[in-house]
Amino acid sequence: MSTQTAFAQALLDAELPCPTGLTTWNSSDPTLRFSVYRNNVMVSLIDALADTYPVVQTLVGEEFFRAMAREFAQNNPPRSAVMAYYGRDFADFITTFSPAASVPYLADVARLEMARVMAYHAADVVAIHPQVLQAALAVPEQLLSLQLVLHPSVHVIESSFAIFSVWAAHQGAQSALAVDPDVAQTALVYRDGLDVGIMELAAGSGTFVSTLLIGQTLAAAVKAASSLDPEFDLTNALTLLLRLQLITHLKTGDTP
Amino acid sequence: MLNPSNKSTKPQVARTHTLPARVGVGLKPEHFQEILATRPDIGFFEVHAENYMVPGGPFHHYLTRIHECYALSVHGVGLSIGADAPLDIEHLNALAVLLKRYQPESFSEHLAWSTHRDVFLNDLLPLPYNTATLQRVCDHIDQVQAHLGRRMLLENPATYIEFVASTWNEATFISEVVRRTGCGLLLDVNNVYVSSVNHQRDAHAVIRALPLAQVGEIHLAGFAEQVDGNNDRLLIDSHGSPVAQAVWDLYAFTLGLTGPVATLLERDNDLPAWPVLLAEANLADRQLCAELEEVNT
Repeated sequence: MSTQTAFAQALLDAELPCPTGLTTWNSSDPTLRFSVYRNNVMVSLIDALADTYPVVQTLVGEEFFRAMAREFAQNNPPRSAVMAYYGRDFADFITTFSPAASVPYLADVARLEMARVMAYHAADVVAIHPQVLQAALAVPEQLLSLQLVLHPSVHVIESSFAIFSVWAAHQGAQSALAVDPDVAQTALVYRDGLDVGIMELAAGSGTFVSTLLIGQTLAAAVKAASSLDPEFDLTNALTLLLRLQLITHLKTGDTP
Repeated sequence: MLNPSNKSTKPQVARTHTLPARVGVGLKPEHFQEILATRPDIGFFEVHAENYMVPGGPFHHYLTRIHECYALSVHGVGLSIGADAPLDIEHLNALAVLLKRYQPESFSEHLAWSTHRDVFLNDLLPLPYNTATLQRVCDHIDQVQAHLGRRMLLENPATYIEFVASTWNEATFISEVVRRTGCGLLLDVNNVYVSSVNHQRDAHAVIRALPLAQVGEIHLAGFAEQVDGNNDRLLIDSHGSPVAQAVWDLYAFTLGLTGPVATLLERDNDLPAWPVLLAEANLADRQLCAELEEVNT
């Protein structure tokens, strides 16, 4: 085993002994000095998760959060030096972390917070002018194959819990006590200028946007939304996307 | 403005990119707006390369505007030049894209490793100094400079342990890397001080033994203090406090040998308000200006 392999393994697993081949000028035990590296690595990973998931941390408290984050980091160290997206699978881990089971909406709040980071750093793409969409909608023979390409910052998080209200309650917007978490909610996450916008969507609109996001046609998105929610209103949904400047391209069957 | 060469097959790349011999400050998102609003009299800003390896958004928005007014140093923390494995080409490519986009006046990385297999350990880890590691580090720096088409600066590390397998001292090792690869030195004066205390070295002798003619930038930062298993001082390169007096003294000593060099005040943790950081940076600027006057008289 190479020196760096032993070093790296011992960094992530505090149960392992300090690697061999280390020395100190005063013959003091290198274990204590090695633990500086151990601590640097683990604290930096936990801090990175705390930066990304502030509401999750508030919901469970700092001590619980850091213990949960440590457990995650030991088993899921970063695979990239780009730390902005570290912990993308933290929500999946939370669903399997039994001590957190008493907060059933925790994983979905984590999904919302990661979507926020993704939206923050997403590529800058200019929205189309509303008239471009109006013109395309006026050509009946194109309607069936028309696709709306959305801004790369757009994410839809659908949950069986009131994740938008829970999240908003921790932004100083409303009292946390007023939130009933057992209400299904869908959140739209998008970039709004230099900020990230988060808003609640009706279930039908959520399905409409998430169907567009996977590259389906406008017609397919309308169908999916209407079958879920008979109240779905296409005009309202399109007006919202145009107002938020989230439609960036149009594609039809013949323009790939 | 700058005219970086696109390709270079030789590691020896002309010094077309240089930072002004002024004080610079590490750029943090918390300070973006205040910097643009107040336009402080600062020589340059430095960013961590990996923080800007994102497609778009506010980080690029602000860095673009700030770089329109200030020189820029791009400082990598994830290339893992000291790793006992090939460099990550994807990471090198991402660096090339970033450097092409911003055309910074300086690019620097560390004499350290931070990845193992596909895991990124998010810390700057130490390596033994011997013939085998020397060859590997030089090969990696040759590859980086060829790939990026520019000279890089290599930063001396702060370390907490030493290796039985080391046969060179750190300053001699770094001097040989600089001689063989043609890279420059990013002389982190705080790291020299921290390592000197941690390994009972003479900090002044270490500075004198480094290739001072090749210093392209100096780093200053604060450290934290613990004790080791023998109750001897163990300093931690924490970047979370003001620069210590002992490091200011070592900086003055260093400037006396190098002459005026671009100097960065690093602060990554417990970030103070912008005016506090600026005031500390001005302390370094005063030392630099005094040195400049001495050079000019």
